[in-house]
Amino acid sequence: MTASIEEADIAIVGAGPAGIAAAACAAESGARVVVVDESPAVGGQIWRPRLGRPPRGAARRWLERLERSGAVVRTGASVVDTYRDDRGLVLRVEAQGGLVELRAHRLLLATGARERFLPFPGWTLPRVVGIGGVQALLKAGMIVRGERAVIAGSGPLLLPVAASLRAAGAHVAFVAEQASPRHVAAFALGLWRRPAALVDAMRYRAGFAGTPYRAGWWAREALGDDVVQRVVLTDGRRTRTVQCDLLCTGYGLVPNLELPRLMGCAIERGAVVVDEAQRTSVPDVWCAGEPTGIGGVDLALLEGQVAGLCAVDRLDEARRFFAPRARLRHMAGAMERAFALRDELRALAAPETIVCRCEDVPARAFDAAWSPRQAKLYTRAGMGPCQGRVCGPALGFLYGWPADVVRTPIAPARLCSLQRAPDPSPLHPP
Amino acid sequence: MATVTFVVDGEPRRAVAGSSVAAALLNAGIWRVRDAVDGAPRAPLCGMGICYECRVTIDGEAHRRACLVPVAEGMIIRTSGGSSE
Repeated sequence: MTASIEEADIAIVGAGPAGIAAAACAAESGARVVVVDESPAVGGQIWRPRLGRPPRGAARRWLERLERSGAVVRTGASVVDTYRDDRGLVLRVEAQGGLVELRAHRLLLATGARERFLPFPGWTLPRVVGIGGVQALLKAGMIVRGERAVIAGSGPLLLPVAASLRAAGAHVAFVAEQASPRHVAAFALGLWRRPAALVDAMRYRAGFAGTPYRAGWWAREALGDDVVQRVVLTDGRRTRTVQCDLLCTGYGLVPNLELPRLMGCAIERGAVVVDEAQRTSVPDVWCAGEPTGIGGVDLALLEGQVAGLCAVDRLDEARRFFAPRARLRHMAGAMERAFALRDELRALAAPETIVCRCEDVPARAFDAAWSPRQAKLYTRAGMGPCQGRVCGPALGFLYGWPADVVRTPIAPARLCSLQRAPDPSPLHPP
Repeated sequence: MATVTFVVDGEPRRAVAGSSVAAALLNAGIWRVRDAVDGAPRAPLCGMGICYECRVTIDGEAHRRACLVPVAEGMIIRTSGGSSE
């Protein structure tokens, strides 16, 4: 199959808040901007459109600004490979119509984040879903009316997702936050310094009255016959078994770093290193949003605006975003400390608990003394379709292993997508 | 809201137009979306295209992530746990 070619001054990967803000800012300066995203709609995870409801608030304002800016958006488009030649950077993108070679002078990575899942007995049962995962499924039309849901995990998503489930008619039987009550309280007090976050928190609490929320509790085991039916929760001393039709779990977010790693961007402590202009260590490549460190939608918008302006050489206009960006990065650090994962979570997986869900590799197959590469070679962990996107961060937490080297293609791809287009030289007449 | 009819492992099903295939399968009570290597049932986990647990065959194309595809009228879906396999 021959690839079609699309050209841009700036290519942006990811149409969440960071990618949208960057695209709007760059396109408003007259640059030809093309944004690609694998989802069927723009918005990323946080602004994912809810079935049958138009976007509201900041999401609506930014989506309208994006549309006015003239940036081209390609949804349902997955980047599988990238390379550089003497004419610039090339992204190989699988789209519905076939492969597209997106050529650009500059590239902006806004690849977002995913949930960190930790293995525990029963976590592979159907209807054990992510916390962000259930939010995404609800927005995509999942019906939960009358069901009993338990949320067990960590981070600021637990409360809003509990509110979403209740609004959708589910009975939220228990919300277990693994962080200690002391840490969560300290974080909640910190919110007073930021009124918008406080209003959000109050609204969630209001939608939340009557639901048992316990900090310092976590899921030890999910049980059921071919589908989850109950979950055993613990605080390390006591246990409680709760009946449920749906168990939502997830231990914070981890950046999607496959593409930045493949491009050779410097990465420190699990995040892409950027300078004040959101430039990565690789020439002509910028990065904004969660890949530079988990920070939430407001920080992603600021970083996106800085990156978008700097990618069209308007650094001076970007400077007004530096101070608020620094404040939000500081707050993100406080959040990371508040929701730090407790050691007990490393001991949840039983020897037979599946760790790599694609290849069915149980916990007993791993030796803590290995490197991630050895784990891959000896057990096939990380070699299935998700390419270690789920088990990689879990193994990193369990054994302290760093992420393994990323190779092309960065996502499962059709064979014809892997074949590079022939050079249009006289030896290869069309 | 408008509904569409689609077919899962030979059985006609209905869903709200615009739902993802993953949500439509869950709403239809189809929790065994995929068989794991050891034969255990698997179903959507991440909801956002990361985990590949919801992969199904859609209109003859294998390994589509059900969470990233909106369900459409007349769509033919095959799960690896389905009886038509």
